[in-house]
Amino acid sequence: MTQTLILETEDAVVERSIRQSNRPVFLAVYLLLGIAFGYVLTRSEAVSWFRIQEMFRFQSFRMYGIIGSAVATAAVTLALLKRSGLKSLAGESISVPDKKLGRGIRHILGGILFGFGWALTGACPAPLFSLVGSGAPVMIVAVLSAIAGAWVYGWLRPKLPHY
Amino acid sequence: MTTWLTGTLPWYVAGPLLGLFVPALLIVGNKQFGVSSNLRHLCSAIAPGKVAFFHYDWRKVGLWNLLFLAGIAIGGFLAYQGGAVHQVAISPATRATLAGLGIHDFSGAAPHEIFSWHALLTLRGFVSVVVGGFLVGFGSAYAGGCTSGHAISGLANFQLPSLIAVVGFFAGGLATTWFILPFLLGAL
Repeated sequence: MTQTLILETEDAVVERSIRQSNRPVFLAVYLLLGIAFGYVLTRSEAVSWFRIQEMFRFQSFRMYGIIGSAVATAAVTLALLKRSGLKSLAGESISVPDKKLGRGIRHILGGILFGFGWALTGACPAPLFSLVGSGAPVMIVAVLSAIAGAWVYGWLRPKLPHY
Repeated sequence: MTTWLTGTLPWYVAGPLLGLFVPALLIVGNKQFGVSSNLRHLCSAIAPGKVAFFHYDWRKVGLWNLLFLAGIAIGGFLAYQGGAVHQVAISPATRATLAGLGIHDFSGAAPHEIFSWHALLTLRGFVSVVVGGFLVGFGSAYAGGCTSGHAISGLANFQLPSLIAVVGFFAGGLATTWFILPFLLGAL
């Protein structure tokens, strides 16, 4: 009984936070954060096929510096945030769920397939979308193709090995 | 001043700024930074079909992320209008290697010889854009994340699955760059 009550309370919290997050003011904040992200990402040149080639050919430190310092900054701020016990502006406690490992089959196979696509397009998902409006309009075809790829994955999912 | 607002960002400025989106999204609404889940949300919104993977309330789960994604496209457009990625100053070594593979136009974010409407029907254009895009979508959905969700969010949270995925990203990318692109770029 107590168990059910606790679960219901947790659900209610999640419900409320989803309602909060979908309030227009929050949605506007996500849009603005996205604009800032796309702006910095483009000016970082990580959206460029040329930079991705330079990275995979080990001919510049630049992309490794960007990814490495992004991970380091995120790791430090995330650790501080967890320790602080701060609540989000939408009102829920901040928590980051662990990712399920198993034998890691989906991670290595999916990762390699993604890597093929990353080197071919010279773009990961965020740049794919940002490039449409920043000098490579043909990338709209790559975007549609990526959506098709995700769809085919969803369709084949029951047959694929995951964990 | 103009350079400060529009020029190429040094890696040690761009990287930390990009990393800050992980705590920013958590602080706003306990959201996990990860762009590729949007591909799933888009499938769910546009054509869920009979696929169980796409039957969920995408508005509830993913509306915030789709807006973040729309923002990324707008932000890219604004940066481009300000002059970003018109000319990417890659290392002379890369330039020489790519020239050897048949790339001559070094303007823009990506070579127009591959990434343009008229190149789409060439073998290298089709494979780079259509096949490449498909693999980005399929691979990130299969791996459960991309460079943002696994490489940045996941590694920052010391997730072993993310490390495995990132090893996969580089294994696939290196294999393609070193063994496939030399043939692909030479082919029209």
